Amino acid sequence: MADVASSARGDLKLSNITKSYGDFTAVNNLSLVIPEGSFFALLGPSGCGKTTTLRMIAGLEEPTKGTIHLGSTDITDTKPYQRPINTVFQNYALFPHLSIFENIAFGLRRRGIKDVDDAVNKALELVELPHLAQRKPTQLSGGQQQRIALARAIVNRPALLLLDEPLGALDLKLRRQMQIELKWIQKEVGITFVHVTHDQEEAMTMADTIAVMNEGEIEQMGSPAELYDNPKTAFVANFLGQSNLIKGSITGSDGNNQIVDLFGQKISLQKDRSHAVDNSILAGIRPEKFRISRLETSTSGNVLTGGKVEDVSYIGVSTQYQVLMPWGQELMVFEQNDDGVAPFSVGESVNISWEPIFTFALRGDDDAEAGTEVSPDEDLDEE
Amino acid sequence: MKKISTPYLLLIPGMGFLFIFFLLPIFNLAQTSTQTPKGGGDTGQYIQTWRFANYVDAFVANREQFYRSFIYAIIATILALLIAYPLAYAIAFKAGKLKNVMLVLVVAPFFVSFLLRTIAWRQILGEQGFVVPTLRSLHIISSSTTLTSTATAVIAGMTYNFLPFMTLPLYASIDRIDPRTLEASGDLYANAFTTFRKVTLPLSMPGVVAGTLLTFIPAAGDYVNASILGSPQTKMLGNVIESRYFKIVDYPTAAALSFTLMAAILVLVMVYVRKAGTEELV
Repeated sequence: MADVASSARGDLKLSNITKSYGDFTAVNNLSLVIPEGSFFALLGPSGCGKTTTLRMIAGLEEPTKGTIHLGSTDITDTKPYQRPINTVFQNYALFPHLSIFENIAFGLRRRGIKDVDDAVNKALELVELPHLAQRKPTQLSGGQQQRIALARAIVNRPALLLLDEPLGALDLKLRRQMQIELKWIQKEVGITFVHVTHDQEEAMTMADTIAVMNEGEIEQMGSPAELYDNPKTAFVANFLGQSNLIKGSITGSDGNNQIVDLFGQKISLQKDRSHAVDNSILAGIRPEKFRISRLETSTSGNVLTGGKVEDVSYIGVSTQYQVLMPWGQELMVFEQNDDGVAPFSVGESVNISWEPIFTFALRGDDDAEAGTEVSPDEDLDEE
Repeated sequence: MKKISTPYLLLIPGMGFLFIFFLLPIFNLAQTSTQTPKGGGDTGQYIQTWRFANYVDAFVANREQFYRSFIYAIIATILALLIAYPLAYAIAFKAGKLKNVMLVLVVAPFFVSFLLRTIAWRQILGEQGFVVPTLRSLHIISSSTTLTSTATAVIAGMTYNFLPFMTLPLYASIDRIDPRTLEASGDLYANAFTTFRKVTLPLSMPGVVAGTLLTFIPAAGDYVNASILGSPQTKMLGNVIESRYFKIVDYPTAAALSFTLMAAILVLVMVYVRKAGTEELV
């Protein structure tokens, strides 16, 4: 094929993409750039529009509005088979009537490549299954089928590889192993990977850049560390890991810091971690950033006093506490079991402290519960 | 002991039925096919002489009808396949909520007797029907051409009558295809036509084989369509067997023709299944 689209290379650029089904808007005015060679994750709960976005990139759905560019080529109106983009489907979608070898060779043959043996064997070696070439897909385990689906896509050396919840059907242990392998394979082949998942740990393990999607829009985009340490919305703060979000108000500033009042107790936070629009804020602190201490112990940094231990769960590497604060909110505290201090017991009065740099601030009118719900179709073994 | 024998006990009614009503008659028919007229006896009286030349005589005398049976059956099967495939595909992938309604419609003709439906075709293709005048006004057929009592009518009737037998197995196997494999094919640089040729068709092959067999086998032995919609010039082997048996009471020839037809169908089917059963068709 000599047409322009199939040889396009470069960054993938979605501009003002909207996809509607009747009254329902699956993807709303979404714009993003995925740099060539990156491992990019679209992360969000089911129904957030991430799979629709992926299918539009693949050409399996047509955007209602907006354009898709690959490098400088507009591929919005091209058919899937004209795009230098391959997909690893959620259920793998291997061809049941073809051998593993022919499954992998399918894309090469369609492009008129006669001598496919070398490329197919290399792809099989990349996924470490060269001995299965002559089997049929149904004779393979789920994990093996997943690797073959990957090989079938990668063998074409596409400009872009799309992965639609590729590890969703694997058990936890295999999934962790494949996450590491996928990351290694992406480095090895240097192809841009776009990975769709609802598993935040999976996205954080693999991707260089994560776009967190919610209700058809991108909430925030950035590196895993950026998103985790400096979330801009309550949805991101809750969907990526867990957060304690406490209502408060900004009362003043001190150099690079803002002084915040949380139910009468003063704390400080860095200005560049504040996404508030006015004085009313939600102060966010990750549970593992908290330190819990007995009243007589001296503390530094931000301190909240008057806590009472409500619940203690010992889980080996750490202990998780629920601490009831004077204003009626329960805070989550994860304490590493590495300091030789005896665990606190239920009913004990405690103080909670943390380093000011770990505080982030969200808009006060944001929904503190956003992103905490687990939708029913998600696996419960996700944690 | 009981465990082993239970399945066999369950087989007894079926096996017994087949033995009494299929194997014994076949055996009887085989004997009949090698009988010769009883010297000095009445019409219809035959004695067992194991004359295998009956087969040669029967075949030579009815070669024309024999070939015609297969040609008509093959044409009707191909036409039925061409009509049924898009239909089955549409029901499986595009019908949505109407799926069950459409399936019922496919089977609906069975509520009317086979004979009645075939006779209805005589009306449809007759001078008073709408087909002939329409084709004439479009100058597709000349004003002197008629459709009744022609090969066209017989083949059209067979195509129509066997269409559900083609559609249902095709639907069953197309419906089982995971639409995502078709998406995967498009994703892997196959256009719509190549996707059909390389994925849809191979995956629906079980349905194609079942459908063509369910159409071809009864069509090759059919005599109703030829006798209602045809003429003496469109006689098929089924018609010959029928008239030999019931009108001329020439049992040996009828039996020999039956066996020849059966053997020919069997050979053709075996060759076909072998070819169609292989992985790569193209």
